[in-house]
Formats: sequence, structure tokens, C-alpha cells
Amino acid sequence: MSDPRPTWLTIAEAGRALADGSLTATALTEDCLAAIGEAGVLNAFVHTTADKARAMAAEADKRRAGGESGPLLGIPIGVKDLFCVEGVPSQGASRILDGFVPPYESTVTRKLWAAGAICLGKLNQDEFGMGSSTEHSVYGPSISPWRRAGDTKAIVPGGSSGGSAAAVAADLCLAATATDTGGSIRQPAAFTGTVGIKPTYGRCSRWGIMAFASSLDQAGPIAKTVEDAALMLGAMAGHDPADSTSADLAVPDFTEGLGRDLVGKTIGVPREYRDGLGAEMTALLEDGIAKIRDAGAKVVEITLPHTKAALPTYYIIAPAEASSNLARYDGVRYGRRAGLGQGDGVLELYEKTRAEGFGAEVRRRIMIGAYVLSAGYYDAYYLRAQKVRRLVRRDFEQAFEGCDAILAPATPGPAFAAGEMAGDPVQMYLQDVFTITVNLAGLPAVSLPVGQASTGLPLGLQVIGPAWSEARILGMASAIEARSGGRRRPEKWW
Amino acid sequence: MSIDADTVRRVARLARIAVEEHEIEGLRQELSSILDWVEELQAVHVEGIEPLAAVNDTTMPRRADAITAAPGEDGIREDVLANAPEAVEGFYAVPKVIE
Repeated sequence: MSDPRPTWLTIAEAGRALADGSLTATALTEDCLAAIGEAGVLNAFVHTTADKARAMAAEADKRRAGGESGPLLGIPIGVKDLFCVEGVPSQGASRILDGFVPPYESTVTRKLWAAGAICLGKLNQDEFGMGSSTEHSVYGPSISPWRRAGDTKAIVPGGSSGGSAAAVAADLCLAATATDTGGSIRQPAAFTGTVGIKPTYGRCSRWGIMAFASSLDQAGPIAKTVEDAALMLGAMAGHDPADSTSADLAVPDFTEGLGRDLVGKTIGVPREYRDGLGAEMTALLEDGIAKIRDAGAKVVEITLPHTKAALPTYYIIAPAEASSNLARYDGVRYGRRAGLGQGDGVLELYEKTRAEGFGAEVRRRIMIGAYVLSAGYYDAYYLRAQKVRRLVRRDFEQAFEGCDAILAPATPGPAFAAGEMAGDPVQMYLQDVFTITVNLAGLPAVSLPVGQASTGLPLGLQVIGPAWSEARILGMASAIEARSGGRRRPEKWW
Repeated sequence: MSIDADTVRRVARLARIAVEEHEIEGLRQELSSILDWVEELQAVHVEGIEPLAAVNDTTMPRRADAITAAPGEDGIREDVLANAPEAVEGFYAVPKVIE
């Protein structure tokens, strides 16, 4: 067992230590940089910004000495590579953006820096957010700090925000930004014993975040506790005129529901989510139900009849939007251009650049997207998928007439071993079965650790709410968290 | 739905991704298995259902139709071209296009 160190702190704990003067942002940042240096084998941080971090920490200490305060003032965090950070390499883990250094800052990170958060660097992910294991990355795979008991085999941290989840679970940073298009915040959080919230579509600005599927993408945090996730979200959220889909709504205090009982609340558990659920996950769900009941809530069975159709719907809509969004990577305006042969024209420039620049999974999805949008197939695939999407959303609207929130598994099981899902794309897509409906409907959901598998790996549940109910579902998550024992951290082997 | 090799070549061209001849069969199988699987959707009853393209039902906001950056005045051109693989005299450069 190693000795406790500053990086182990939660945002709330570090905030108290910074406020009472027992810790400085500079000391906390140095400890994070040291922890990152020790954890190279996890391949979570892919660009470390030590100089920037030290300068930001000094500035935070100065601001605090000048009388400023705030929950994120002096808190070191990591940033998923998908977010553009001015002057810092940002390439969405893709070879096609090799060498890209944004001359601008994403709205979400700009807000975090304004709140006093400190940038430690960029975090690994699946290329452009496409994947569920962080194995599809130009930087090479990230691996989880967790291992199965008595086994040294590398375990995936989930994806696409696997670097964010691994870094938070391994205490390399206090929290991290992430994005969720089909489960990319909640699945890695569940795999690594961390907390992740995908907010309502429109809660956080997408400006400056590399687009994957624009009608589904949302930014959110991965953190060590529900309270920390609420504090991070508070700084990340808010209206942005630069993103026409960002909602013009005031940002509430996301911590207001924490620590309360759930008397008078009704939680629905979808019948369809129990179909085919393994014994271990069924037991976890029952455990979550018992904890919710203990907090005073009533638990009812609900039905989401189009659950089974949601997954194929997503795997038409998301690739269609991706094929359109990723058309921008053409080797002309930014990123990496392929070497051209004698007589090659502009078409060869595009085709060779994109062949060399995209990994296998991204290429697959772009091609599926181009196919389902092409003449003669549009109605049968894309239009039909959009109709089913409305049915999926209608399911939730009807369910919320009878309950305040929904409790569901976050994943079909614990994290799998590296390489275990290679070779069958559809098998990997099935990882998203419990998370994807929420993106299609644009709803908020928080994933939190509730128990563990027989192998000792973490398992997570998610609480799903109606649009704009983040404070409510964070409150419910905190009630489950309070009944799940303290935070479990992986034994350090790296 | 299974697709044939010519469809793979056509889709690769639509997507502007060069595909080597030896990759075609592997891609054909991968794409066919995904398309087979999404075929499940054909069983869902969607008669009379309006397609849902975006979950936020608000109307698109408008901004003033005004020039916010102009060449040579604010240095934006340099910022924009800084990441270009090839830029010449303030423009993106591409191979010669002859129609």
C-alpha cells in the first residue's frame, strides 16, 4: 500500500485544503505531474503540458492569495484529446490531425480555465470518439489501472474517453473532461470505478470539440465522486452563441440535490434492460434498487419497448453524421497530407490523405455512413433510423410520466481484456446497448460505481433523467454512492 | 444485407478514401456484417412516424449578417493558414486542377 498523496484528493477535499492554506495549487500540480510521469505504461496522458500547468498553478495561487475562491480554483485536470486547447497539440487521437495545433480554445475548456482549473495535458481516446476500449488510437492503446485479481493481463479502460477514465481512476489528475456520443463517458467510468455524467444535449457547448455525430455529441466530466462531477459540470455548462444547439438556459447549482434522501421520489427500472442480463449485473442492479429504496424512493417497473432497435438505429445515424463531419479532413486546410506521386491531382490528394490518416474503425464508419446516405438507400436506412429515433425518445417521454428517473446498468459487464473484442466490430458495438438510447433521446445520465465483479473489477449503474434534470439525477446518484462504501482505488502496480 | 466488391469500391470513392485491391474483400465482409445487423430495423413499425433529426426543438438562432473578420486587418488569415499542410502567399495550395 502506498502512502496517501495530494493527487488522491477529490476536488472537494482539495478545495478545502487550498482554502485553509494547507495545500497550494503549485504543490498539487507538481504531484500530479510526478504521478503522470510514473504512469507512462497506462498511456493515458498523450501530451503533457507541464510548463503550462505550472504557470496556471502559479496564477491560481496568486488569485487565491488575492481573495478569490471557487470550487475549481487551483484544481489540476486532464483534457480529452478531442477538445481543442489553444497552442497545445489536439488531434482527436487521429493520425490525420498529426501536427495540428489549434489557434483557439474550445468553449468548455475556456470556461474551466476561467474557473481556475489547471491544464495538465491531453488524454488518450478512441480516434474521433469511435470505439469502446481506447484501442483505436494513433497514440496506441490506453490501459486500465485496474487488473483482475491474481492476473496481470492488461484490461481496457473503456472508450472512447478511456484515457480520461484511466487518468482519474489512477489519481493522475483530480478530474477530466470527456465526451459521450453513445456512451463514451459512462462506459469508461463504469469500467474504472469513476463517476461520469453525460448532460442533456445542449447543456455544454460543442464549440471547439472535434465533431463525431453532431446530433448526439455532448461533453461532460469524469470524476472521482458524484460531488466532483457536479462541480466540474457546473464550470463546463452554459449557453454559447458559437454553438447554435447550446441551450439558452441558466446553469443551476448541480450540487443542490446531493446528500438528500429520496422520499417521495419514484425510480423506474426498465423491464427490457433485464433481458439477457448476466447474473453478476442482475445482482448489481438489485443492489442498486435496494439502496434507492433504503434512501426512501419507490421503485417501479417501466417499459422502453424500442430498446432493442436503438442500437442499430445509432449505428446508422452516428456513422451517417460522422461521414459528413469527417469530410473536412481533406489534407488541404489542416493536419497531415499524404505524399503524392507524379501526376496526382486533387482527388488523389484527398483519397491518399484519408486512406493514410484514418484508422480502421473510423474508415469503417465513414464508409457505412456514405453507404446509408447514398442514393437508393437513404430511405431504407437513414430515414427509417430517424423515425425509430423518435420512437426511442417517445418511450422515455412515456416512461417519465410514471417516474422521476430511471435506474439501469451502465454496461453489460465488467471491463474486458485488451484485444478480446478485436476482429468483430458488431461485438464491440454491443457494449453500448444500455447507454445509446440516452444519446438518441438527448437525455442526461450519470454513471457511478456501485459494486464489483467476482474478479474485483468495478461495475457501474446509471441514473437517467428527463431533459435538464442533471441536479436531480446527481442527487439520486449521491444517495446510491453514500450506500456503496467509500471510493475504491486500484492497487498501484505501475 | 450483403454488398459486393463493386459497391465497396463505389462507397470508398464516395468517401474519398483510397482502398487497395487486396483490402476489398475484407472490407466487403466487415461492412456486410454491420449492414446485416442493422437490417433488424426493417422489423420496426414506423408508419406515420415523423423522422427525428435533432432532439432540441428550438428554432435555429440567427446572427447579424455582418463581416466579423477581414483579410489583413486582424491577423486571422495567418491563424487560419498556420495549420495548412501547404500555403502560398496567403492561400491554401493544392495540386493543379485541370478539368
